[in-house]
Amino acid sequence: MDLATLAQGGLLHQATLTHYLFVSAAMFAIGMIGFLTRRNLIIMFLCTELMFQAAGLAFIAFGRHHLNFSGDVFVIFVLTIAAAEAALALALVVYLFRRKETLDASEWAELRG
Amino acid sequence: MDAIATILPTFLAAEPAGAHAPGAQVGSGPPWAILIPLLPLLASALCGVCAMLRVKSKAPAFIVVAMLGASFLATAAVWLQGGGPGPMAGASVAHGWDWIQFAWGDGPGQALIANFSLYLDSLTLLWMLFVTGLATLIALYASEYMSHDVGQGYNRFFAYFALFVFAMSCLVMGDNLLMLFLGWEGVGLCSYLLIGYFYKKPSAVAAAKKAFIVNRIGDLGLVLGVFTTFVTFGTIEYAPLFEMVGAGVDGSGHALHGSWQATWIPIFFMIGAFGKSAQLPLYVWLPDAMEGPTPVSALIHAATMVTAGVYLIARMYPIFLLDDAHTALTIVAWTGALTALLAATIGMAQFDIKRIMAYSTVSQLGYMFAGLGVLTTTGAAFHVFTHAFFKATLFLCCGAVMHGFAGQLDLRKLSGVAFMKGWGVVGVAMLVGCLNLAGFPFTAGYFSKDMILAETFVTPGSVIGGASMVGWILLLTAGLTAYYTFRVFFRVFVGPQMYEPGEEHGHAPHRHDHGPGHPPGHGEHDLADARDQAQKDEPGGAHPHGHDFHPHAPGLAINAVLAILAVASVLAALTYFIHKPDHGWVGAMVHHSTAHFGGLDAHHGDEAAHASHGSFLGLDPHKAMYYVSAVIGMVGIFVAWLLHYRGRTGAAVAPADRLLGALGPIPRWAQQKWFVDELYDFVIVKPLWALSNVFHVIDKLIVDGLVNLAGLTPRGLGAGLRPSQNGLLHSYAAGMAGGIVFILLVVWAVS
Repeated sequence: MDLATLAQGGLLHQATLTHYLFVSAAMFAIGMIGFLTRRNLIIMFLCTELMFQAAGLAFIAFGRHHLNFSGDVFVIFVLTIAAAEAALALALVVYLFRRKETLDASEWAELRG
Repeated sequence: MDAIATILPTFLAAEPAGAHAPGAQVGSGPPWAILIPLLPLLASALCGVCAMLRVKSKAPAFIVVAMLGASFLATAAVWLQGGGPGPMAGASVAHGWDWIQFAWGDGPGQALIANFSLYLDSLTLLWMLFVTGLATLIALYASEYMSHDVGQGYNRFFAYFALFVFAMSCLVMGDNLLMLFLGWEGVGLCSYLLIGYFYKKPSAVAAAKKAFIVNRIGDLGLVLGVFTTFVTFGTIEYAPLFEMVGAGVDGSGHALHGSWQATWIPIFFMIGAFGKSAQLPLYVWLPDAMEGPTPVSALIHAATMVTAGVYLIARMYPIFLLDDAHTALTIVAWTGALTALLAATIGMAQFDIKRIMAYSTVSQLGYMFAGLGVLTTTGAAFHVFTHAFFKATLFLCCGAVMHGFAGQLDLRKLSGVAFMKGWGVVGVAMLVGCLNLAGFPFTAGYFSKDMILAETFVTPGSVIGGASMVGWILLLTAGLTAYYTFRVFFRVFVGPQMYEPGEEHGHAPHRHDHGPGHPPGHGEHDLADARDQAQKDEPGGAHPHGHDFHPHAPGLAINAVLAILAVASVLAALTYFIHKPDHGWVGAMVHHSTAHFGGLDAHHGDEAAHASHGSFLGLDPHKAMYYVSAVIGMVGIFVAWLLHYRGRTGAAVAPADRLLGALGPIPRWAQQKWFVDELYDFVIVKPLWALSNVFHVIDKLIVDGLVNLAGLTPRGLGAGLRPSQNGLLHSYAAGMAGGIVFILLVVWAVS
């Protein structure tokens, strides 16, 4: 199968809902594992973005599967909020970095009981 | 009627022909009789209004005297209407209003009915006549006696005083045991309030509490008696109760003879009576009750309230007779005798004349109980009646002395009072009272005491165990009584005239409260100070400490009341000679009530009866006792004359002192009241303290421990869970992820 066929949607046409969901799940899992294992705040933030997009992909896939645009609408909202949230989160990361000169999340544990 | 049967314990057998079966014909009495208790209540309320308006005159005294007088007239009217001046035939119930009525079934004993109704029979009226009569006179006396307190405690005093008469009338007149109980607690309350009248005086407060607490012990007995009566008979109203008791059956028709109730109901009532009437072992509160104002001592703690126990037993006499073994009555007889003796021995050694009178009251109450115990309700009631007059007289004389000599009551510091200017009436009244108390021949006290003494020897020991021994104890006591009574008279009222004023007992410690310019008495809190002030401001120049002290001779009200009471004490003897077959007017009144017992009159004049009599050294006790007790009384008086009058030149020393030295520590022990208070302290109070300490520890360790444990549990749980909140972002994230995984697993497993 060549690229032209691919471009015409051959592969895409063959891709079923399961494939999309598989990718979505993989992205989510990668994001979650990354979030749990990495200590760098920026990486952890990127991992959350990855999980966002995994959810978005699942929305789109279901929307397409059901021929319904609700999923797309959701994703647009999610993207909008994710953009705002990214700005806020990165600003926070900058401030946190200024406080302790480190991006290690485990340095921030003042709220222990 | 068979003479033996009169001694037999069954009530019906003891009923002579012609006497009225109690409860058999209970008609309805005049409804206005309800005024007798309500007028004193109204008077009390009006005194309360006076207190609120801060009345600074003698108005409350006049209200109370008028209302109590009206109450007395109402009593007399009920009595005359019911067949007076003799006894009333049978009983009647004057219905006031419905009070407590509830039922939980239709059967017998499934309803509790206690109306505010009056049970009017001769016994009730006998009591009410002297209660309201004496209360009126003593209120009049108090109007002068309490004059130092006008504007301060005066309103309060008369409010309590009238409330007492209301409670006493409920006690005596109620037609059911609950109303009796209401009155019983009411008089206890008023007694408490009036003993503690000088509430700034610690000893008065302690005495008030002592009276209240000791009375609670007796009240427990009364309450148990009322409960058991209700459970047994299914009613607490006298009319149906006495009907059942007369038939000897309980509420469901079972015979009562030999049942446990027949033994225990009287014992419960007896305990109640011992508390209120200051008998062993509960007498200790009465001598201390002398902390109250003297009119209170005279009315409540001598003449009326303390006879409530006698009334209770006399009223419940049919129930006491249900017990074939006479357990309760035997205890009553012995307790009475021992109390009489013990109190007399203590009274002999006291120096405070009011306290001597208090012990003589305990002693005379002992006589009354002994009389009840040896089956002479007539003798007991007659002694209550005569004692009420002469003991009130004696107390009021002591009160006049106390009033006039700035609180002086020590017989070593007063002498020859009767011959001082203006004290003649007091002296004569005191002599009349003393002669009565000593049982001098042909005085009222002589006849009433004789009746009890004779019956102790008449009643066979097979009916009341050791009745004649009781008689011997009482004869000994009679001699001691005559001695200590005339000890007071010979020391204080005759002999060389000298006095040492008192310090208005117990008021001195409050004097430092007096700021300069502090007006005497703005409100009740300055009562004691104001009393002191009034003492100083008195026109007679009565000054507790100055050399210019002049005894403050009693005024018109006190003298008039003393004169009336002295005459009444003398006239009380005459009642013995009317209704002779019934042994006097009091006997006639008793015989036509539930207190009737044929023990005295039914066998009188019956030759066969004398065979069943006990005897006094082989003589007929009825006749012999007139002479024996007269001789004993006069010997006592003679000894007192020898030891306390002959050759006495000063107030403080008497020929008796030489004799006292020979007796060693015994008089001192007697003066210390045989250490009974200390014994009670050691046996009851101290162990209670120890027990309360134990309970305190239990409270601290177990009760508080449980509460603290309840508080510690969440703390411990929190401490266990706290490490999970470690502040680390990753652990929270892992928790969330783990949670999601767990939920998914559950969902997967379920589907």
